[in-house]
Amino acid sequence: MTQKYAALAPSSAQKFRQRIVPLIVLAIVLAIIPMFGPSRTVYSLLNAMGINIVFALSYNMLLGRGGLLSFGHAVYFGLGGFAAVHAMGAIGNAESGFWANYPVFFLPIFGFAGGALAGFIIGWPSCKRAGTPFAMISLGIAELIAAAGFMFGSIFGGEEGVSADRMVGTEFAGLSLGPISEVYWFIAFWTVVGVMGMFAFTRTPLGKLSEATRDNPERVEFIGYNPTRVRYLVFIFAGAFAGLSGGMAAVNYEIFTPEALSLAPSGLVLLMAYIGGIRYFTGPILGAILLTYMQSMLSDYTEAWLLYLGLLFVCIVMFAPGGLGGVLYGFTDALRSGKLGEMMGKWAGQVLGAALALFGMIILVEVAVYWSNGFGETFEPYGLHLTFSNPLTWVLIVVPLAAGIYILRRLATKEEGVIA
Amino acid sequence: METFVPSLLNGVIYGLLLFMLSSGLTLIFSMMGVLNFAHASFYMLGAYFAFTITQSTNFWFALILAPILVGLVGAGVEKWGLRKVHANGHVAELLFTFGLAYLIDEVVKIFWGRNAVDYRVPELLDFTIFELYGSDYPAYRIFMLFVAISMLVALWFLLKKTRAGLIIQAALTHPHMVGHLGHNVPRIFMTVFGAGCALAGLAGVIGGNYLVTDPAMAAFMGPIVFVVVVVGGMGSLEGAFVASLLLGLLQTFAISVDATFADIFGFLGLAATSEVGSISISSLAPMIPFLMLVLILMVRPRGLMGDREF
Repeated sequence: MTQKYAALAPSSAQKFRQRIVPLIVLAIVLAIIPMFGPSRTVYSLLNAMGINIVFALSYNMLLGRGGLLSFGHAVYFGLGGFAAVHAMGAIGNAESGFWANYPVFFLPIFGFAGGALAGFIIGWPSCKRAGTPFAMISLGIAELIAAAGFMFGSIFGGEEGVSADRMVGTEFAGLSLGPISEVYWFIAFWTVVGVMGMFAFTRTPLGKLSEATRDNPERVEFIGYNPTRVRYLVFIFAGAFAGLSGGMAAVNYEIFTPEALSLAPSGLVLLMAYIGGIRYFTGPILGAILLTYMQSMLSDYTEAWLLYLGLLFVCIVMFAPGGLGGVLYGFTDALRSGKLGEMMGKWAGQVLGAALALFGMIILVEVAVYWSNGFGETFEPYGLHLTFSNPLTWVLIVVPLAAGIYILRRLATKEEGVIA
Repeated sequence: METFVPSLLNGVIYGLLLFMLSSGLTLIFSMMGVLNFAHASFYMLGAYFAFTITQSTNFWFALILAPILVGLVGAGVEKWGLRKVHANGHVAELLFTFGLAYLIDEVVKIFWGRNAVDYRVPELLDFTIFELYGSDYPAYRIFMLFVAISMLVALWFLLKKTRAGLIIQAALTHPHMVGHLGHNVPRIFMTVFGAGCALAGLAGVIGGNYLVTDPAMAAFMGPIVFVVVVVGGMGSLEGAFVASLLLGLLQTFAISVDATFADIFGFLGLAATSEVGSISISSLAPMIPFLMLVLILMVRPRGLMGDREF
């Protein structure tokens, strides 16, 4: 039987629906948000989200698409950001010539170039090997660059960093970029550009080859491509898009410190991409939105938000390697195939178990935090007086935790029983 | 000589401390093929456990009890965590230990606070053992040397001269064959993981009061221990030993060198007032391990003494 491969290709209507429509929806959503009149806090949260979305997506070009685990991706974010901050300073100082006519609005282009240049130089020694050696080299280089950042004060500004003023130079589209609501348009524009660019990248031959190199480098070599070169090129692009988000951050915060190059932001972007789901293009977007929200909102409620973040990450690694994206797509798949009914029972059980375990865990963590602070304050949700020595506290911790874990284990063993 | 002999001694002690940390990591690495990101967190746990035990009893209890506790925690992590993730591949395992390091950091901050705790050298050992070129040399450092060397000998004896060591060595390279011979390989893995963590805990007990016991100690030590394992070569305890001493000596000597780039490259016209010229060798000391890591991975990916590339 002969099969026409042309028949397997998606129709142009499908292509439009799957590839163009989501981007249009994103642009429309970003365009109508200001109509609800968000407050300054919401605006700054949204701006941080936009930056992190681009950053997390650029990280996923390496981890999700290329199978390269990097512990130093913030290096490219930071170097791109420093390039943009210095360019912003040059615009501010210029009387005439190129800099005086360059609008601040287009500074992320310098970030993009800076990140690409950094990827071009650092990628050459890094990309010879994949897997654990790549991860270790990225770690070593990140430590080196972060240490150098504090050493070369004229470029990185030492402890206090480099700052510049964004309300300089030529205005673009009537945006002075002074108030945060105008910066929002700048961030929204570049977020859409970044997302679109990285989505387009996945459709290019290079993007496809990077996925092939992740899955089977040997076969890629057999069909005549050099896996090292594929990794290197992908690495440069990932660095460039990280630099783009760095340029966005430079305009938004007007300051960059060597801290931005260190391991901590590199770890955070790894968490964003993985919690969101590295197997889906939209996964890192979800992760970036959630983690940025947690970072700025949850940290107001509890000191232990990093502990919750760590718990979430470990749970995702252990029980849901697809991340939030995997959970979401599993749900929509079931909805589409009409199996929602039979999956519903299992999911309801899992949600109940997880909620109970989470309930016990939150009380345990909060009581522990208040106890360890030793200010004599207690954790008082809904008027309950939960002290360290109150037996009710321990009932509220142990019973839901045990019940939740029991339900989850029960469901897991039941599933194994069906397979066996 | 005034700087050379103390630096040599300090370098050897620091190197042995590094080896105590990296020996466990190397064993775990060659066994599971995964770098345990949380290894330095177990080192930190060792120091904090020792601090708490010392408060209620004394240092000598802590010296024995704290590593055992850390080993038990490690065995639990292997049994209920890592073993589950194993099916999802090496990257998932690496990420699991990465998340675990996050968690342990935060739990330590909740239990013991964000600042350094007052974990001190025991009074019995808090005296000057001899004078070196006019400066006092603390007895505790010699004690550290003694503990590290006894651990080294015990580990060597256990692995090379006993039947248990034979089985462990076989399980590292041929787990299936060992399983077919009737040994419980998952339990061997769990034991080795626990023992490796216990060694890290021991390093924490004797290193925590020598250096400093605060929640940042894991983040400080972790990358350096990685460097030792990678530079030494995968699965090679001898390599880890050489690399630990090499790094310990290099870092200690670099700190004691009182020169700047301008002093060394002055003949090329590098001015002492310029930015590059004013960088001192001692300020480069924290960067040495990472420079070594990158160079080794580029030039000789199997490490100094590794027999296979990873």
